[in-house]
Amino acid sequence: MNATQARLRIGFIPLADAAALIVAVDKGFAAAEGLNVELVREVSWSNVRDKLNIGLFDAAHLLAPVAIASSLGIGHVKVPIVAPFGLGMNGNAITVSPALYAAIAAAADGSIVDPMVSARALARVVARRKARGEEPLTFGMTFPFSTHNYHLRFWMAAGGVDPDEDVRLVVLPPPYMVDSLANGHVDGFCVGAPWNSVAVDLGVGFILHFVSEILLRAAEKVLAMRDSWAQEHPDTLLRLVRAHGRAADFIEDEANRDEVTAMLAAPDRIGVAPEVIRRTLDGRMKIAPDGTVRVSERYLLVGRKGAARPDPAQAAWLYAQMVRWGQAPLSAELLAAAKAVFRPDLYDAAIAGAEPSVPGEPNDGIGAFAGPAFDPDTVAAHLAAWSIRRA
Amino acid sequence: MQSSLKIVIVDENPIRAAILEDGLREAGHVHVVRVDEMSHLLARIYTIDPDVILIDLENPSRDVLEQMFQVSRAVKRPVAMFVDQSDTASIEAAVDAGVSAYIVGGLQKARIKNILDLCISRFNSFARLRDELERTRTALEERKVIDRAKGILMKARNLSEETAYALLRKTAMNENKKIAEVAQSVVTAAELLR
Repeated sequence: MNATQARLRIGFIPLADAAALIVAVDKGFAAAEGLNVELVREVSWSNVRDKLNIGLFDAAHLLAPVAIASSLGIGHVKVPIVAPFGLGMNGNAITVSPALYAAIAAAADGSIVDPMVSARALARVVARRKARGEEPLTFGMTFPFSTHNYHLRFWMAAGGVDPDEDVRLVVLPPPYMVDSLANGHVDGFCVGAPWNSVAVDLGVGFILHFVSEILLRAAEKVLAMRDSWAQEHPDTLLRLVRAHGRAADFIEDEANRDEVTAMLAAPDRIGVAPEVIRRTLDGRMKIAPDGTVRVSERYLLVGRKGAARPDPAQAAWLYAQMVRWGQAPLSAELLAAAKAVFRPDLYDAAIAGAEPSVPGEPNDGIGAFAGPAFDPDTVAAHLAAWSIRRA
Repeated sequence: MQSSLKIVIVDENPIRAAILEDGLREAGHVHVVRVDEMSHLLARIYTIDPDVILIDLENPSRDVLEQMFQVSRAVKRPVAMFVDQSDTASIEAAVDAGVSAYIVGGLQKARIKNILDLCISRFNSFARLRDELERTRTALEERKVIDRAKGILMKARNLSEETAYALLRKTAMNENKKIAEVAQSVVTAAELLR
């Protein structure tokens, strides 16, 4: 391939955490690295995964667990994927209907800002419904191999709710989430920006938790490519990672926020109101229809706090969730293969001076609100800490 | 004749779904169900209990179908066409045409291949139809604008229809524009001056 003019097709889903990808292309960081990138907007993760797998895309904005599942051959075709750059950490939120919000608040024995209090309250609500013979609560998430699925499960199971027995979890495309909440098809959901804000703005939902309250660090989307492609195009890969590093820095500089917001809000990119994107980037979220705001500097980490450098401990945590919920068998080989998807070595080769650990961040790299610290070498111990599990 | 397969078409575009259904029926598949309502999609599919599910790639509900691989309670576990990597050419052709298939295990490859090939050709002919329709619509609109511009010129400058059209054509050639574009300028100008 010509080293000065590489043409790339990259698929993405219109979500706020595609920010680094969009800015890398639209602000010219990719072109500065000699890359001619065509961004292709997609409507489903299945499409992104399949088009990446069969080579219609060179790279993609991908759910971190899909990159791992694809590499392990779980639930679908086995295609080894590498993730040399993290497109976002956190950024999801759990939103519930006004009725469920009121029920959880009434059943709580403390402040429901605390996820353990809210999860235990949910367990009481669930038990009461069961005793009355009512239908189980239904929660929407975006994909079987999604952070949203695991975040919902991790939270509710910590409070004693079995996500497979006590409630129903259903896959819903993000654009259908808000409608489904409004017409009662679901009682709550876990999804990324901007959909939680849309539900709050329409008065049909309350944001119960930011995912950053459940896990301080949760790898969300990655820049993914086929392992074979990465090996055939080592130079192009490094240039692509470098362009993304510049884009992430640019996004995180608050001086650029207006420009970044406008770029992301464009109709052929994310295509939502700039104000909603702005809230996400600022971590200032309206959480209730009455206008109550909750602020978190961790709401979505694009490049700050080492968020862009892939951490194999994150891959191990996601694999542990697949095992916990019966999606994958437990084996040392699969654990090693999962960790190998996240490639800090490629990140470091492209971006000099990255620190492996960031001061003030949790020692285990996860910072979960419940359970023991995560040890990426002993997934079995992580599983043993939980009574509600499938494995 | 082999036992008939139960086929579900998930497509929000009623015309394309109808074209595909016709094709499947012509090929002898009598059990074809169209689903165009995306709420409760999974529940509906379990009720129908199909052997093959066809879905267009523009449909975000594809992700919903992926959940079928996860639900261990379901007796039948469909798999995506992509799982069989032996026929990459037809998989690529399907993605290119914009269709994806989910197939319940145990079906003969040849039967699936026939259905998939049929989908690809029907999806492609639908795309061609849509392009043609778009072109026809544009041509029709252009003709209307040209007629209006002719009328305006005939009245304002007391020209015959033929001369008015010749004037439009000459101007278009001089300005290196399409006749319809010049005609649109005339119409716009006339509206402004009215």
